[in-house]
Amino acid sequence: MARGKADSAFFDTGGKKISRQVVLPFRKSLEISIKSIRVRFFRSMITVIGLILAVAFLGFVLAGAEVASGLLHSGDPELRSVLIKSGYDLPAEPPQDGDGRVLPESVGTGAKERWIVILSLLVCTVGIVNAQLMAVTERFREIGTMKCLGALDSFVLRLFLLEAGMQGLAGAIIGAVFGAVAALLAGLFRFGAAALVWLPTGGVALAVGVAVVVGFVLSLVGVVYPAVVAARMRPVEAMRVQE
Amino acid sequence: MDTGHNIVRVSEVTRTFRLGAQMVQALKGVDLSIQSGEYLSIMGPSGSGKSTLFNMIGGLDKPSSGKVYIDEVDIAQLDAYELAWLRNRKIGYIFQTFNLIQVMTALENVTLPMIFAGMSNDESVEKGLELLGLVGLRERHAHKPNELSGGQQQRVAIARSLANTPAIILADEPTGNLDLTTGEEIIALLKHLSSERGVTVISATHDHKMLAVSDRVVWIRDGRIDKIESRDQLNISVGTISSKDA
Repeated sequence: MARGKADSAFFDTGGKKISRQVVLPFRKSLEISIKSIRVRFFRSMITVIGLILAVAFLGFVLAGAEVASGLLHSGDPELRSVLIKSGYDLPAEPPQDGDGRVLPESVGTGAKERWIVILSLLVCTVGIVNAQLMAVTERFREIGTMKCLGALDSFVLRLFLLEAGMQGLAGAIIGAVFGAVAALLAGLFRFGAAALVWLPTGGVALAVGVAVVVGFVLSLVGVVYPAVVAARMRPVEAMRVQE
Repeated sequence: MDTGHNIVRVSEVTRTFRLGAQMVQALKGVDLSIQSGEYLSIMGPSGSGKSTLFNMIGGLDKPSSGKVYIDEVDIAQLDAYELAWLRNRKIGYIFQTFNLIQVMTALENVTLPMIFAGMSNDESVEKGLELLGLVGLRERHAHKPNELSGGQQQRVAIARSLANTPAIILADEPTGNLDLTTGEEIIALLKHLSSERGVTVISATHDHKMLAVSDRVVWIRDGRIDKIESRDQLNISVGTISSKDA
């Protein structure tokens, strides 16, 4: 009595492949994610603020190093001593090789500073995972309903990645710009106008770019696990009556 | 699809859940055939396995043993795409808790399954408005679910379940969260859809108002089918129930 789906008029898809029969166009998924963010704007803001702060810190440290290296490469011994006084680990005189040529040197970010930045980024990622897991729990009925309406796992995954991606990009840009501006202001305050005169603009732009990319990537990394949890949810969950 | 062929067939289905260390058997071997175009109610007290059976029929849950056939195709054989396709095109779900997507307007809720089915935006909006008109909510299409009453939300959900002209409508306690009059309206609407459009309506309920419109009623008790009554047998038992209540 049982038969294969090929013989069933019920399962007739008009000759098209069934995997192409359930779709969610990219424009539509973008629309849905933007709507979700807008509706939960306050919640999204709180998630994003954590990212903004961490990325701002990263941007501050990177751009601060650029300010310092601009001053160092000015070759002005006075600026050099100011740098040494403000805590940069430099010899009093520029190092020279045997023929009296000045060797290239650099002021990077200190090891301690690097660790604090890495830690803050880690904490921020954990925060994102936490916030997104809560978002999944909060929305499990919505996800289950979508699945009952025919959504594939990939639709749910895509919606969550899009949302996190947009939040991440916005947060990372705001944070990076904020951090870089703060670093410039701090440079201005510590070293005076010289900080801006010798500023390697390309380097600062690169620092901002690096901070944006790091923030964006972290927010995507943070959402992967929660999004997979959401995508794997069985539609029957939507039927459960919540008490 | 002519009436008379089995659109859903459940064969020796059992379902066991793990509750802590204990195994609980919610369904203990159920056989049931549902004809195309039928209005079938699954009745039973809570905990009887009614919802579990219902979820099996809808392809939302898998049996521990036994088979569920939709149009004589074993749904255990279907892959994720085929299941999604089935849910999208062939089955319309109505829930006790309405389950509208809160961030979307009534119209967007109704058009979502059509978007999944690959329909163009204009087409889906047009059909969505038509379906909202059918349930009497065309003017309220721009409202979000939280701006609608329970009855209105359930009507939007019914419009949504019809989005891709499904062959089967599965309604899980559709009147469970509604007052008496609104519940009656919803039942009348479902009955109308079943008789006008030839849609198979399968509804899990313990609302006795459902009995009067059902072609057949399946009574579930303790994980088994207690009895199946067709409408003519039913009138008598409805009488006894109401006289018992009185």
